[in-house]
Amino acid sequence: MTDIPLTAADRRSARSELGRRRMTAFLFVAPLLLFLLFTFAAPIGTMLVRGFYHPTVSTLIPDSLKALKAWDRTGLPPAETQAIFAADLKRLADERLSGKMAEELNRVVPGSSSLVKSTARKIARAEDSEIAASGAALLAAADEKWTDPEVWRGIITSGNTFTADYFLTAMDLERSPAGGIMPRDGARIYVDLFIKTLKMALIITIATLILGYPLAHYLATAPAKTANLLMVFVLLPFWTSLLVRTTAWIALLQTNGVVNSFLMGAGITRSPFEMLYTEFSTIVAMTHILLPFMILPLYSVMKGIDPSYMRAALSMGARPLPAFFRVYLPMTLPGLSAGALLVFIISVGYYITPALVGGTKGQMISNIIAFHMQQSNNWELAAALGTMLLVVILLLYWVYDRFVGAGNIKFG
Amino acid sequence: MKHLPAYYTFWHILGHYGLRWFAFAVLLFLMLPILVIVPLSFNAEPYFSFTPGMVSFDLDAYSLRWYADVFSDERWMLAVKNSFIVGIAAAVIATILGTVAAVGLSNPAMPFKRLITAFLLSPMIVPLIIVAAGMFFFYTRFNLVGTYFGLIIAHASLGVPFVIITVTATLAGFDRSLYYAGLSMGARPLKVYWDIVIPLIRPGVISGALFAFVTSFDEVVLVLFLAGPEQRTIPRQMFSGLREQISPSILAVATMLILISMSMLVTLEMLRRRSERMRSGAY
Repeated sequence: MTDIPLTAADRRSARSELGRRRMTAFLFVAPLLLFLLFTFAAPIGTMLVRGFYHPTVSTLIPDSLKALKAWDRTGLPPAETQAIFAADLKRLADERLSGKMAEELNRVVPGSSSLVKSTARKIARAEDSEIAASGAALLAAADEKWTDPEVWRGIITSGNTFTADYFLTAMDLERSPAGGIMPRDGARIYVDLFIKTLKMALIITIATLILGYPLAHYLATAPAKTANLLMVFVLLPFWTSLLVRTTAWIALLQTNGVVNSFLMGAGITRSPFEMLYTEFSTIVAMTHILLPFMILPLYSVMKGIDPSYMRAALSMGARPLPAFFRVYLPMTLPGLSAGALLVFIISVGYYITPALVGGTKGQMISNIIAFHMQQSNNWELAAALGTMLLVVILLLYWVYDRFVGAGNIKFG
Repeated sequence: MKHLPAYYTFWHILGHYGLRWFAFAVLLFLMLPILVIVPLSFNAEPYFSFTPGMVSFDLDAYSLRWYADVFSDERWMLAVKNSFIVGIAAAVIATILGTVAAVGLSNPAMPFKRLITAFLLSPMIVPLIIVAAGMFFFYTRFNLVGTYFGLIIAHASLGVPFVIITVTATLAGFDRSLYYAGLSMGARPLKVYWDIVIPLIRPGVISGALFAFVTSFDEVVLVLFLAGPEQRTIPRQMFSGLREQISPSILAVATMLILISMSMLVTLEMLRRRSERMRSGAY
């Protein structure tokens, strides 16, 4: 074949035709993209920003923060500045916001919660003119802690709109007085919890692998009729509500539950085991819930493997184990990595099952995020922890997409 | 009894039967929760465990009282209603948007296909607690927290990946020459999609819709963060039941949910067979 030279006009029209086709294809996807941007991506973006962006205090006491900017941070702030803060505090007390301020300052200067609340109550009784004239004296009279420069520096810190402090807290670090970064006093909380979460996810992944691999192999090599029937026993739990299965594990594992009654009835133990509300119960229930995610990709890969390879190896005198490791296992790697990564990714971010059967010892990182969202109301710390968890997940997802292809996830 | 190959040694045979027993043990582990929950839901006593009467099959130890409890409890009935409203609405949105997008994604001319696919599937991967926290921050600004609409669009975005996966899988077996044949005969593209493509990929679309429905029907984390008391769903009601006062009416609800999942499974299997028949040209 000879190359027919394209004229410039041909090339242009080819390019515009290609562009038109790309545009058409994209227009089909566009509505969903827009939808997900609003309902899904923007919320996650908001959470990411929330870990850095912290406008609460700057909206509570804007005037004080502006005045404090002029202060050189040594000694006490000028009396006028203190008076402005006293006025802000009175306004907060009137608007019933002093509790919020107390909570915010308490995170920077521990123990200052009652200081803010009680001072706000006392200041609220004073006249505006009196506050403007001798605000500093009023503060000092209300509580002598106001003569401590540390508290005033704390107010400036809590008023920073952008801060990395929550990320430091999430990594169990804090700022040293000299301005550097150092490990926080006391126990490491969040780093340990991250490590524990990854450890539990790894145990669950290995458990699903040990239970799932032989079963998938058995199903893939069994006669089609048997396999189809037995597959129902894999798919039915898979389709059963998560809460139903978690409920069932509570019934099974509780102190006077089914498993303990069986063990005691069989004479294996005299006193019941405490299995529920431990790390053990979390791992068992999650292994059960995630097992189908391991079995299904393994099964679909194993079904495509010609049994004659193994038969050939065995008939030529290979011992079963070497034959398995050198012939069969390598061929199942695509399904194995797909299943293992999927199980690991899902279990790292799991919330419901640990919350219900984990007790205090079986909690994972998601549970502490929920705790800061719902109970301690430290949303910024929750966002910082969430961001770190998201980074871990996205890294794993990227690996998954590279080696398995996100589009290759299959169910049933 | 099938004969094992003659070259099998003792260890081969042991492995053969060992594998079978191990496989059955794992299947038992998988089914154990369901096997336990169904009989326990008929317990006459307010316990989560088998009474001696139940073990000896004494009929008096069994009763339907927990089922009666559920049906006479307004909170459960409201939860059932909410679960269906939210689930169906979310599934409809996810199915329409997801099917159209899957058609675009399977077009060979689609730009940035890999990146966009990864993004569209990400709601399945991102931990629910992160999604819930983010949605709580973001939806509050639009006053969507505590509304049906907020919950429905939140659940719809979770269902999207499943629709994309099932419809793309059906489209992979779709012969594009049918589409071009329609065009060459003078039909407009939309008419070809409506009359030819959609009927052929319908099994995939329906199973995607079922997946999206079940995703919403089973979801509790977003409900915990986004729903008000008016929007409590079945899983939300079960969650608070398990945390506060454990009553066997939860087991009755669980048993009914198992029945629903069984019928879903049967429907999906029928759809899968139908789709296979269509692909092999039996129609």
